[in-house]
Amino acid sequence: MLKKTKLGVAITLAATLSASVAFAENIKIAFVDPLSGPFATTGTNGAAEWTYAADVLVNDKGGVLGGKNFEIVTFDNKMSGKESLIQVQVAIDQGIRFIAQGNSSGIAAAITDAVNKHNRRNPDDRVLFINYSAVDPALTNEKCNFWHFRFDANADIKMDALTDVMAARDDLKKVYLIGQDYSFGKAVAAAAERDITNKRPDVEIVGNELHPIGKVKDFTPYARKIVASGADSVITGNWGSDMVGLGKAIIEAGFEGQIYTYYAASNGITRTFGEDGKGHLNLVHEGQLNPPVSDRASAYVDGFEAKYPDHDISQARIANAVEMLAKAIDAAGTADDVVKVAYALEGMEHDSIWGGKVFMRPQDHQAIQDVHVGAHTDENIRHPLDNSPYGLMDNVKVEMAAMDSATTCEMKRP
Amino acid sequence: MDLILVNLIDGLVFGLLLFMLSSGLTLIFSMMGVLNFAHASFYMLGAYFGYQLSTVLGIGFIGGLIVAPIIVGVGGALIERYGLRQVHQYGHVPELIFTFGLALLIQEVVKLFWGQNQIPYFEPAYLDFALFSVGDNAIKAYKVFMIFISLAIFGGLLYILTKTRIGMIIQAALSYPKTVEALGHNVPFIFMGVFGVGTALAGVAGVIAGPALGTFPGMAFTLGSIVFVTIVVGGLGSLWGALLASLLIGWLTTFAASYNLRMEDILTGLGMTKPEVMSDSMLQDLWTLTLPQVGPILPYLLMVLILVFRPQGLLGKREA
Repeated sequence: MLKKTKLGVAITLAATLSASVAFAENIKIAFVDPLSGPFATTGTNGAAEWTYAADVLVNDKGGVLGGKNFEIVTFDNKMSGKESLIQVQVAIDQGIRFIAQGNSSGIAAAITDAVNKHNRRNPDDRVLFINYSAVDPALTNEKCNFWHFRFDANADIKMDALTDVMAARDDLKKVYLIGQDYSFGKAVAAAAERDITNKRPDVEIVGNELHPIGKVKDFTPYARKIVASGADSVITGNWGSDMVGLGKAIIEAGFEGQIYTYYAASNGITRTFGEDGKGHLNLVHEGQLNPPVSDRASAYVDGFEAKYPDHDISQARIANAVEMLAKAIDAAGTADDVVKVAYALEGMEHDSIWGGKVFMRPQDHQAIQDVHVGAHTDENIRHPLDNSPYGLMDNVKVEMAAMDSATTCEMKRP
Repeated sequence: MDLILVNLIDGLVFGLLLFMLSSGLTLIFSMMGVLNFAHASFYMLGAYFGYQLSTVLGIGFIGGLIVAPIIVGVGGALIERYGLRQVHQYGHVPELIFTFGLALLIQEVVKLFWGQNQIPYFEPAYLDFALFSVGDNAIKAYKVFMIFISLAIFGGLLYILTKTRIGMIIQAALSYPKTVEALGHNVPFIFMGVFGVGTALAGVAGVIAGPALGTFPGMAFTLGSIVFVTIVVGGLGSLWGALLASLLIGWLTTFAASYNLRMEDILTGLGMTKPEVMSDSMLQDLWTLTLPQVGPILPYLLMVLILVFRPQGLLGKREA
């Protein structure tokens, strides 16, 4: 009798176990970004893009490893470094092997450090860090490690492309640099000054200043200074309401020239600029939306807009990250041994849905891809942003930008 | 020279905007003796209501400018009657906490209805042009419009408070509420009215500042603290003081942001030598400081100085 019960328990246990194995077939990706607080829009937009990319690009096509699906599990890091590390630990404890994060280079630096330590201490339980947005060059230089992969072009690469476009203009005479007073704003200013001096020594930098981040109530005085300086071009790394406030103030002060930006689109920014921004705003990014590159890309964007009408494909690289991760997992034949996945990922060449190739440079894990400079306009826009008639029209492409750029990364491989 | 003139105008616009917020707050403070933390939230509500009425309901910008402050004012009066007055009996601290909670509540409600993003609230097309230019800098017609609206409100308030019977009763109620009540006036009703008018003024400020400074859920927070500074500097309960302090702070922040005065120049002017390697220097932060960087803290510095040397404020009659 007792024996029978034991057998019964054992069978039930085995059944439960195998059932849970069947449920665990999904390959989980932890999405760690702000889902509440002032930066929640960016975070929720990113989560929507990840979920959509996983569904459309992987799961609907039969998944990876012969039928396993990608599942995006969201974690709210409240835009805090400390909270992010807690959430990453929670994700790891749940058996998740892939951590995706992007908003704020400061947080990315904390995560890459934590992941590096965790992987050293727990060789059986390693994880990969998929950085889809944080662009501080340090992450693929002095702070690089084997577990970190960056799918966005870093701030230096983007500045290189922007200044290429600017240097080609004959009427470029005076440039004004303005940004937020923190690490990223300073990195942008330094890169801009270096690139412009190298490419166009004749161009004068008439202003280089930082303003307090998120504290300026009225940007008009800054705009007056810019106009009074006689600048014909402005470069800024501003984002969020600092971008809108600065841009609108400059245009309203009667500025006639061009404003070169990193983040002057989506999340309400495109809609707020509207007609005012036309003919002034330029933005450097990867992943071309307009003119459409292919029917496949257009169908992808249309499908996203239909499913998430309040969000935009503002971070095209997420599609690349999902597709490349899926390919790497298939090539490695496992989703559990992330060392194999990482080796499959580095050096990978991938045909992007946005046209062109993406190359994951093995020496620093920086994705090399086509970088575009787009203009804010409402003419011939097939894929507008913010439910407005306006969008980005890409008119300049730098193919495989910064392919041969130097890196100070000294990567230790397991 | 051109830049000075432009900055004078810009500072005037910003200062008058501050005045519209601080005039209501200073009246409410002197009356109830409690800081209304939610005051800037009413300013934000004004902007959002103005947007909703003028664009979505289609009564035009001027329609929004008239109706939105009325809604905000009535809402403020109701909050005073059914919220603040109930809390009043428990003392000042619960009142303070009540207004603080109200500010958070309004912030979340705004996010719930209008989302996190900046909303497309623009100047009306007929004011969206450069009226004149100083040098290369264009002055928009909307800015001039803002100046006139603010001055008209200041004139109206001053007239009501000093020349009319209602104004005299209000002033008396501020200083001697018991006596005024004994004379047969309904003092709680006066308080409610002043609170309503104060919040309505904040609403007006919101409607006209929304298109100029941007309408987003953080707008109350960015302007909130500076309004308190203004009323402390100007002197609590003083309308002229609020005007003077608002203009002072408007010009202070505007001029500080537009002149690149560097600490380096001042220090070398004082005979100090700049360290060769900046990263080794103890005073690295001091040497690299510029005036635009310290601009945003200057109003707070001014407040500290005022509190030390003239605690009643520039034109105030009693101590803060």
